[in-house]
Amino acid sequence: MDRSTRTFPLSPRRIFGMVRRHFYLLRGSLPRILEMAYWPTVQMVIWGFVTQFFMGHSSWVANAAGILIGAVLLWDLLFRSQIGFSMCFLEEMWSRNLGHLFVSPLRPYELIISMMLISFLRGVVGLLPSWILAFVFFEFSIFSYGVGIVAFFSCLFVMGWGLGMAVIALVLRFGLGAESLAWVAIFAFAPISAVYYPVSTLPEWLQVVAWCTPSAYVFEGMRSVMIDGIFRQDLLVGAIFVNCVYLCLGALIFAWSFFGARQHGKLLQMGE
Amino acid sequence: MPSFAVEVSSLAKYFGHVAAIENVNFKVESGSITALLGGNGAGKTTTISILMGLLTPSKGDVYILEKNMIKDRYSILPNINFSSPYVDLPHRLTVEENLKVYAELYSISSPNERIQELANRFDIEALLGQKTGQLSAGQKTRVALAKALINHPQLLFLDEPTASLDPDTADWVRRYLQEYVAEKKATILLASHHMGEVERLCDTVLMMRDGGIVDTGSPKELLKKYGRQNMEEVFLDIARNRVQQVVTNG
Repeated sequence: MDRSTRTFPLSPRRIFGMVRRHFYLLRGSLPRILEMAYWPTVQMVIWGFVTQFFMGHSSWVANAAGILIGAVLLWDLLFRSQIGFSMCFLEEMWSRNLGHLFVSPLRPYELIISMMLISFLRGVVGLLPSWILAFVFFEFSIFSYGVGIVAFFSCLFVMGWGLGMAVIALVLRFGLGAESLAWVAIFAFAPISAVYYPVSTLPEWLQVVAWCTPSAYVFEGMRSVMIDGIFRQDLLVGAIFVNCVYLCLGALIFAWSFFGARQHGKLLQMGE
Repeated sequence: MPSFAVEVSSLAKYFGHVAAIENVNFKVESGSITALLGGNGAGKTTTISILMGLLTPSKGDVYILEKNMIKDRYSILPNINFSSPYVDLPHRLTVEENLKVYAELYSISSPNERIQELANRFDIEALLGQKTGQLSAGQKTRVALAKALINHPQLLFLDEPTASLDPDTADWVRRYLQEYVAEKKATILLASHHMGEVERLCDTVLMMRDGGIVDTGSPKELLKKYGRQNMEEVFLDIARNRVQQVVTNG
């Protein structure tokens, strides 16, 4: 029997095949790589200078140098994670490739795992220049705050994937007309994620909503590490718990949407 | 007893209250080339989409390679493949990159050798380094066929397999498909508007109209039944619902 006739419930080879497909896409397009790194770098430079300015005018910022840059870098990581994930799926829709993919033995969950990996790679490629520049120009390294920060930013990646699943589910359900959601959905979370201010700044009722987002735990945790030098495990556990809920919800919405797409014949029709 | 690569019974698909296909029943013998013919909106694409598992039927049973397509989809998919003008390969990847990706998805044991073999077969060696989006329509068709054959499928669904090919290449592709079926004991179900192709290639023809199978037989049988000289005239008789009239007069 040819190997191609065997089936495995989870095949690293199929996952790798999809990662390879997006690696080829990036490798073949320098503008895409530049675009990925462009906005995080511009953001970091702007907020780096804002921080320098505030250092002389605000004791709060002076006591926690780099907190604004850290917030910007982590927020961008969340954005890159979600957009990187969503873009993988949009690429398949734009190129009218979904039909080929879903007639192949590729399982939907293998596609999801591959998109998580690609989103991680895209995030690293997009953010690495801004991390390097932050260190070179502003002597700021997010990693100097220890493993705790790394744990927190892992949570942001996972949150991006959960939201990304919901976004692509909506695009699959409502068509490419909904693709702008991929770009804007994350910004609905910005005011309640406590990126630049503590959750306590929000009205009480909104604080309840904020604690339903993994990002609020992460940014509170980041401030705790950077201002007080304390790694708060309770915030990390909270972020992980809410992330699990987001991932499950995202997967459920995607499964509902995929089921609907097979009911309505959208897998063969969708494309530009 | 002949075995069947495709067995469809009481198949129906409704979009809201509209029946795209209804009460479709047919069998495709293993090792045969069968054409699914019909005018636009007859239900060919809906039927093929259901057979490939891309569309869930509202009613009925589908057995592909003797397995239930609804329940055992993932044990069937490694053994089938398709090519259709409704789907594309990613335009920004080169031909070789696209074939490598699909070789991974189908877990092909020696992907480079298989790609080289297909490149030789379909005369696309010179195109391997080119972006797929830059190819001519005919070149894209050949690349799509190479992708469709990458996993040595036992059942191949082809929608307009020789569309955009010049007569020489189209002739060559038809000959290759016949050889492939004979050599691998594979089955092909194709949709085509090229009636000469159907006459030459197909053992059986399934004629669809208004979401149902209205006639079936070998091209020779259908020509005889409708008293026509070629399949194009038979197609027109069926598509324009002149069946009763023609058969009665005949």
